[in-house]
Amino acid sequence: MSAFGDAVVYLNDPFNWTRTNGILDLLRQHLAISVVAVLAALVLALPLGIALGTSGRGGGAVVVLSNVSRAIPTLALLTLFAVSPIGFGPRATTIALAVFAIPPILTNTYVGFRGVDADVREAARAMGMRRAQVIRRVDLPLALPLVMTGVRTAAVQVVATASLAALVAGGGLGRIVALGFGQQNYGQMIAGAILIAALALLTELALVLLTWAVTPGPRRFPFLQVRARAGTAEPEPTAAGMPL
Amino acid sequence: MSAGSSSAGGVALALDAAPNPWFDPSYVIDNWDTILRYLGEHVRLTVLAVVLGAAIALPLALLARRSRYLAGPVLGLSTVIYTIPSLAMFAFIFPLTGLSSTTVLVGLVAYSLVILVRNFLAGLQGVPADVREAGRAMGYGRLRLFWHIDLPLALPTFMAGLRIATVSTVALTTVGVLVGHGGLGQLITGGFNANFYRAEIVTGAVGCVLLALVADVLLAGVERLLTPWARAARA
Repeated sequence: MSAFGDAVVYLNDPFNWTRTNGILDLLRQHLAISVVAVLAALVLALPLGIALGTSGRGGGAVVVLSNVSRAIPTLALLTLFAVSPIGFGPRATTIALAVFAIPPILTNTYVGFRGVDADVREAARAMGMRRAQVIRRVDLPLALPLVMTGVRTAAVQVVATASLAALVAGGGLGRIVALGFGQQNYGQMIAGAILIAALALLTELALVLLTWAVTPGPRRFPFLQVRARAGTAEPEPTAAGMPL
Repeated sequence: MSAGSSSAGGVALALDAAPNPWFDPSYVIDNWDTILRYLGEHVRLTVLAVVLGAAIALPLALLARRSRYLAGPVLGLSTVIYTIPSLAMFAFIFPLTGLSSTTVLVGLVAYSLVILVRNFLAGLQGVPADVREAGRAMGYGRLRLFWHIDLPLALPTFMAGLRIATVSTVALTTVGVLVGHGGLGQLITGGFNANFYRAEIVTGAVGCVLLALVADVLLAGVERLLTPWARAARA
């Protein structure tokens, strides 16, 4: 148990936070890589998901993509991009993470937009809305909860996976774990693990709150809502992503 | 020493000019024994993790179905565990179990357990209440009720959970490289550390994907065998 005590000591030393390549530096690196990766995935996956979902085509391809992506180890993709001509560094990590963020966003967007009631859409058209208007003012609000689930899944996954970059000489908070392990400084390793886990949990929390803020309709505080339907388990959705 | 001096006489280091192809069958042939050893470890870890996970998840799901007060905490805790990144998970477990494959196994069991308990609970909750009541009215005890009514009706959801858990576990095992027991993941980081040897990395990566797909197809076959009525309904 002394390793956990050492971890607390490590985390309590301000120098470990502020020095060059300290916790704050690595955290900044970690977040920069994650944000860019999620944004890139959003730019690619959202329009595609909307186009496929509203037309109702390509469902098979989306399911296959999400299933196959589950089978590809993130570590493998991180390593492959690092040894490709892109070269290892933040760019290769960001690209690999963006690739992994696409399937959850794409699948959930597709499912969300395809699930919009055809009658509602028809009513909107009958009221004289154009296609773009229908998508923005009818489909999007109705599909938003699922779209946000996809974004949340992708974001948590990216933040979690960014730590693996350290195993192949990348940056981010995973570095503290990898270095601690390499130097047999297990307190430092545990401290890094605590930071990574806390960051992932905070990301999840932040996105739950964001979902709550942007979802139209009756506002219920997310945590109370969870308790209200606590009795019913939801099976893993198609692209809930793997724990990373 | 002599090798060093002879290469220093050349224009470039030998390594710079060495070809580094993505695919190299000769690597696979020459290192077949190593690959098989890592593959064996990968399969062993995956099977053990999913079987142990299922063995723990089933009683938990049965308990959670029985009481609403348990269902909330079980699902909430599983969400939290699911969110913890695997690198952190293995790092947490490492001080307890050390540099052994047990460290990886414990982490993998935790993740597969979390996926399975959700799917098991969803499957059990999907069993229509009147069918269970009919079973009870026919004098079925708790065990027979589970075996003859719950299990067949929830089987598709159970199997879906097992497939997801297996495929995820195959992918996750690679992170075990942190403690040196990552199965085929050892090839990935091994190749990376051996001067970015692409053939070894690709072998590890492709091996993982193939293993996951084979496992998925096998489980789909098992599901087909176990649910002959579903086949009859489709025909």
